[in-house]
Amino acid sequence: MLSIRNLSKTFSSAGEPVHVLRGVDLDLKAGERVALTGESGSGKSTLLHLIAGLDAADGGSIRLGDTEVTKLSDAGRASLRRDRIGLVFQQFNLIPSLSVADNLAFQARIAGRHDAAWSKELVERLGLSSLLKRYPEQISGGQQQRVAIGRALATKPSLLLADEPTGNLDEATAEDVLALTRDLVARTGCGFLMVTHSLHLAATLDRHLTLHAGRIS
Amino acid sequence: MRRALWVLAVLLSHWRRHKMQFATLLIGLIAATALWSGVQAINQQARNAYDRAAATFGGVRTAMLVAPNAATFPQELFVKLRRAGWPVSPVLEGRVQVGGHSVRLLGIEPVTLPVDVGNAPRLGAADLGSFVAPPGQALAARETLRDLEVTEGAAPAISSGAKLPPLRVQPQLAPGVLVVDIGVAQRLLSKPDQVSRLLLGKPKGKPAPLASVVGEQLQLIEPNAETELERLTDSFHLNLTAFGLLSFFVGLFIVNSAVGLAFEQRLPMLRTLRACGASARLVNTVLVIELVALALVAGLIGLACGYVIAAALLPDVAASLRGLYGAQIPGQLSLQGEWWLAGIGISVAGALVAAATSLIKAIRMPVLATAQPGAWQQRQRRWLILQSCAACAVFLVALLLLQYGQSLIAGFGVLAALMFGAALILPALLDIILLAGQRLARGPLALWFWADSRQQLSGLSLALMALLLALAVNVGVSTMVETFSRTFLGWLNGRLAADVYVSASDNAQGVAIRNWLKDRSDVRAILSGGRAEAQIQGQPVELLGLPDHALYRERWPLLGTAPRAWTRLVPGNAAFISEQLSRRLNVRIGDVVEVPAPGGSWELDIVGIYADYGNPKGQLTVNVAALIRQFPQTPQTRIGLIVARENIPGLIAALQKQFGLDDRSVADQATVKRESIRIFNRTFAVTSALNAFTLGVAGIALLTSLLTLANSRLPQLAPLWAIGLTRPHLAAIELTKALSVALFTALLAVPLGLLVAWCLIAIVNVKAFGWRLPFHVFTLQLVELVAVALFASLLAALLPMLRLARMQPANLVKVFANER
Repeated sequence: MLSIRNLSKTFSSAGEPVHVLRGVDLDLKAGERVALTGESGSGKSTLLHLIAGLDAADGGSIRLGDTEVTKLSDAGRASLRRDRIGLVFQQFNLIPSLSVADNLAFQARIAGRHDAAWSKELVERLGLSSLLKRYPEQISGGQQQRVAIGRALATKPSLLLADEPTGNLDEATAEDVLALTRDLVARTGCGFLMVTHSLHLAATLDRHLTLHAGRIS
Repeated sequence: MRRALWVLAVLLSHWRRHKMQFATLLIGLIAATALWSGVQAINQQARNAYDRAAATFGGVRTAMLVAPNAATFPQELFVKLRRAGWPVSPVLEGRVQVGGHSVRLLGIEPVTLPVDVGNAPRLGAADLGSFVAPPGQALAARETLRDLEVTEGAAPAISSGAKLPPLRVQPQLAPGVLVVDIGVAQRLLSKPDQVSRLLLGKPKGKPAPLASVVGEQLQLIEPNAETELERLTDSFHLNLTAFGLLSFFVGLFIVNSAVGLAFEQRLPMLRTLRACGASARLVNTVLVIELVALALVAGLIGLACGYVIAAALLPDVAASLRGLYGAQIPGQLSLQGEWWLAGIGISVAGALVAAATSLIKAIRMPVLATAQPGAWQQRQRRWLILQSCAACAVFLVALLLLQYGQSLIAGFGVLAALMFGAALILPALLDIILLAGQRLARGPLALWFWADSRQQLSGLSLALMALLLALAVNVGVSTMVETFSRTFLGWLNGRLAADVYVSASDNAQGVAIRNWLKDRSDVRAILSGGRAEAQIQGQPVELLGLPDHALYRERWPLLGTAPRAWTRLVPGNAAFISEQLSRRLNVRIGDVVEVPAPGGSWELDIVGIYADYGNPKGQLTVNVAALIRQFPQTPQTRIGLIVARENIPGLIAALQKQFGLDDRSVADQATVKRESIRIFNRTFAVTSALNAFTLGVAGIALLTSLLTLANSRLPQLAPLWAIGLTRPHLAAIELTKALSVALFTALLAVPLGLLVAWCLIAIVNVKAFGWRLPFHVFTLQLVELVAVALFASLLAALLPMLRLARMQPANLVKVFANER
């Protein structure tokens, strides 16, 4: 489903080139759950951003199904994210002016893929029924992250990308959130790539990859 | 000291990285200082001119003796009083025509002139001889010589043919005044042995009672602290000051917004400084020093801009004051040291006030960051409720002032309270509108559009308040000016009934012109008028004599009349009263007014009230024959003619040829109207300029708010981009949001502006000038103003939106980048 070949990315820092990714190869099947770990600055988040089309690669290819992501225009990449990718960030990145219910439905609605039954199931499974009218600032970090996961999965994406989704949560909450995510991913059958620092959490997924010196080992 | 410098260097490093924010702060301070100082410069220039006028050898700031019922009295009364120990000095005043210009001629007696006559120019012993001894001297300000187009030493002739003494520059004198020895004045004004008033010095010992020396022929007038000009022009200067103050506050809104954002962004830096060992006192002191230093720099630039603004506006202000009040203001700016100091002071004080909330937050800030106490909705709701309560309190003050206030200041107080209250309640009203939008929204983007607009309210509210105030003032003032303009045109048509106006140089020429006109077949009617001056209840009143003619009956701008008013005017025991005089004297139709005339008291039944816009003096209109009977000295030099339109140019040419009249002495109705409208338009040119400035500053306030908000809004926009909205799409939504809140603000500004116009027309104008205009609403003008506001908002919103549309994805990705 996701196929990455020889992917490279270089940043410039204080006038010096920093080679973050130096030919990354990665395959991920539908329904597969993969953890990506690595040292700080190893390029984990950059890889995720390139897959999501948030940033442009310098070389190599990213294929999501039959779509070559690196060849897409800005609008094409936006459309890809809207329709086929779910994104979960460490900082939750909810929309503070919208209620929990509106945040949950937001992406599905703008993608035109709102499914009321699926939304209701998501709300119940994520334990958000009593929080729907609240605003992001009025709920805890764990609850916010559950809303973010719900928003990402509401479109039934083919790929869920999570960048340190439990980085801001305590250990117990982190495990709960991840368990929920695993269940929901299994329910939708989408691929799941999670960047994490926690080897313990990484071990709970199907596969564990490590990014080192710009390459996956 | 070194530690403080390090802290300062760290604080200043913020501005290096946030250049736009730094520019915003400076622009706010410069705009606030420039407009305030510019207006103050104009006011100071005018007040100096009034002081000079008041100091002209015994203005109203000097005690004096005058005849209660006559313009002049015999000189022998002066001699009697001097003999009785009264330290009096005679003055004769009149007007003469020099080269077509009318100037005030003052005759003084320098030897007896009291030493404490205001700050009048003193004549030294050496000058005294040349001033008194033939041919004497005529003292004048440099501006007067320039107006008369003569040089120092010249001895120009007046209209009677007599020559003035050689002119000498006396800088302290007011423009438009010539000062000569009283003997010369008596000869030039053809008033031998006559005196207008006696200036009174401080008596040594106790002189004989006034009545025992001169009986009731003279009365004592105590000095006034405020001159007639100052009283009359108060409203004009108050109006300018109000504009300056409004612009100043709008400028401070910008500063407040910039300092507030800088404070939020520098919070981690301040905490780090504290954590590194800089004491709270040191950090706070350096924060204040940094702000004062910035205010000093911006204040100096603002003052320079203020000088330019004042210099640009002064010619129009001078023209307005001359047209409205007859006040002579030099057209060139000369400023005193205190203006510069006050300008710097206001810049520093304004910066400190605008930054007060941020500074207090900094002073109270704990070293460790605390969690946000509540959600933004709760904070916003609390803030909106508090502001709305404050707005209601301010509206209550406006109501109380409206009910119980009697003065002009109270009138401006109503206006200020109204606008301040409206500004305070604006965010709550906008919140209600946006909430309604949110509830009616169907799609997710529409829902986010309304909800996010609500969330942005607190950040944009100051700029929107500035826009509301600027626009409301624009709507109010434009409505008032347009109303005035239309009423003025209608009034001009009524007042300028004759087709041709002739002004003879003296009575003899007047008689000659009338005799010559009688034989001309192209003249349908000769309308001879006259004017005299009198004092009623201590106020100068003009008596206007009109002939009984159908044209006046048809066109005179009467606001109200008694039955058969025009017929009752003819015998000479009735009068029409101008609206402003009726208000000042509290006189209505049916009341009786006593006018002191040379032959005794003249009782006039008031049978009508008429509009007399633009005239600072009160006026009574009577039958011209009756006026001449009561005031035999009335010059009979003004003649109006009814002539067929096609005959006007030929008649004017013939009059000019026959009597050597220039364009000032003979003019057709169209020319007089054109000149009146030109003066009217120039009077409001300053208002239009200040209107434009205020709207411009409000536009800058909106631009700076949107720019600063744009930076802080990336975390809100980046998730939407990540979810799948393109940057141009986001920019378009942001632009629509900015324009929609601006549109709502503009729409709310329209009723507020109309209320401002009503206050100006029904309260301020009535208290300031004594006349009330009919209230009209000009829909097209309102639509234009809303369009201008939207265009200004579009310009202000375009830059931040273009930046967003072109933003590199890397900047948006940074929002999500916990690491790389």
